Amino acid sequence: MSLLDFRQRSGYLFLAVIVGHVILISAQVNSRGGVPVLEAVTFGAFSEAQRGTSSVVGAIRDVWNRYLALRAVRDENDTLQRELASARVKLQEQAALLGRAEGLARLLDLKGHTSLSTTAAAIIASGATSDFRTVTLDKGSVHGLSKDMAVIVPSGVVGRVVLASARASKVQLLIDRNAAAGALIERSRAQGVVVGAGEDTLRLDFVSEVSDVVVGDQVVTSGIDGIFPKGFAIGRVSDVQKSGGAYRRISVQPAVGFGSLEDVLVVLTPTQAALAATVGSTGAAK
Amino acid sequence: MKVLWVVAGTALALALQTTAARFLAGGAIIVDFVLVVVIYAALASGPVTGLFAGTFAGFVQDTLSAGSGVIGIGGLAKTIVGFLTGLVGTQFIVAQGPSRFVTFFIGTLLHAAMFIGVSVLLGLRDLGRPYTAVLEQAVGNALVGVIAFQLAEFAPGAVERRRLNSRRPRRP
Repeated sequence: MSLLDFRQRSGYLFLAVIVGHVILISAQVNSRGGVPVLEAVTFGAFSEAQRGTSSVVGAIRDVWNRYLALRAVRDENDTLQRELASARVKLQEQAALLGRAEGLARLLDLKGHTSLSTTAAAIIASGATSDFRTVTLDKGSVHGLSKDMAVIVPSGVVGRVVLASARASKVQLLIDRNAAAGALIERSRAQGVVVGAGEDTLRLDFVSEVSDVVVGDQVVTSGIDGIFPKGFAIGRVSDVQKSGGAYRRISVQPAVGFGSLEDVLVVLTPTQAALAATVGSTGAAK
Repeated sequence: MKVLWVVAGTALALALQTTAARFLAGGAIIVDFVLVVVIYAALASGPVTGLFAGTFAGFVQDTLSAGSGVIGIGGLAKTIVGFLTGLVGTQFIVAQGPSRFVTFFIGTLLHAAMFIGVSVLLGLRDLGRPYTAVLEQAVGNALVGVIAFQLAEFAPGAVERRRLNSRRPRRP
């Protein structure tokens, strides 16, 4: 009997009456979307229940996938690590090949623009001591190389061949203390001799005190030394000082980055000065 | 018997509400006789009676004013007020004038809050901020409720005393 006694269960009765009122009100009112409030409230409440259920299911699935079902992940991770390492190695190889191809392309471009006969060679070694700035090329006399041939790169003059064996050659870099090249200021045509300063700089000697030379002037080969073709870039004037004598003291920043050389061009065509010297010596011998 | 009293009280309250209430304060309805009956029934008979009284009275009141509102809002508000007032009446001693006054006062405020709140939530109409009117009605309901209790408690004794006085032999 107590189950039917409302006075003993007034709370449930109150709740039932309130729900009845809410349903009664909802059935008469439309929401802003034109849907009856009863339907909107029912859908809204059920959608929240669905959202909660979905969240719980999703959380359980995440826990399973991320923490429990990891038996194959270790192997997969190892495989991926190996593949990544291999890919990195290949990437470095490709980058190296790309750099080399670009360098060769620049050489070929230079080769196409000059009338000189040249041959490309790769640097396979550098000097044994820092006192002598030399490099070794992978081509020698069998490839047509001989002593005093000019070595250039697209950015400028590198040096000259000082020793040519059958399959390799030694090149004296222009920055070597014993290296020298006939040079002139491109703007003012003031002439002099570029010599190596031992470090990564050059010195332009025998430029008259009255010559027009300023910092930033382009220095190019003059061609009078019989080795280097005329007009190739040597560098730019970085410092001009009066020495008190007949000549100025001029520093030149090389156009070539000697520390990053990989491929060079060797000029096979003798210069006009070399040819003249050859003809002169031949005539004198006669 | 209790149901009959509730129904009769509600009918009387509705009759007063629709005829006399608007003349009490120059047109402003400062007493809700139906709500007074609900609170009275709840205090006198408990939460279940208050619940049914609120539901019945509110439903009838809503039905009579169906053209201007939604049936159920007044019933919902009065149901809640009736039930909670009944609970208060069973949990606390509400037998003195001041405590009854406070109970009627708070019950009226709760009723207004429920009615206005639900209306605003449903976007039915903008009722503004009728703080003054609600306070006036709360005071009016409280006064009427306290008076009603006083009358109900003292009226039977007065009749009995009058009857006893009429039967007492007169001295020559």
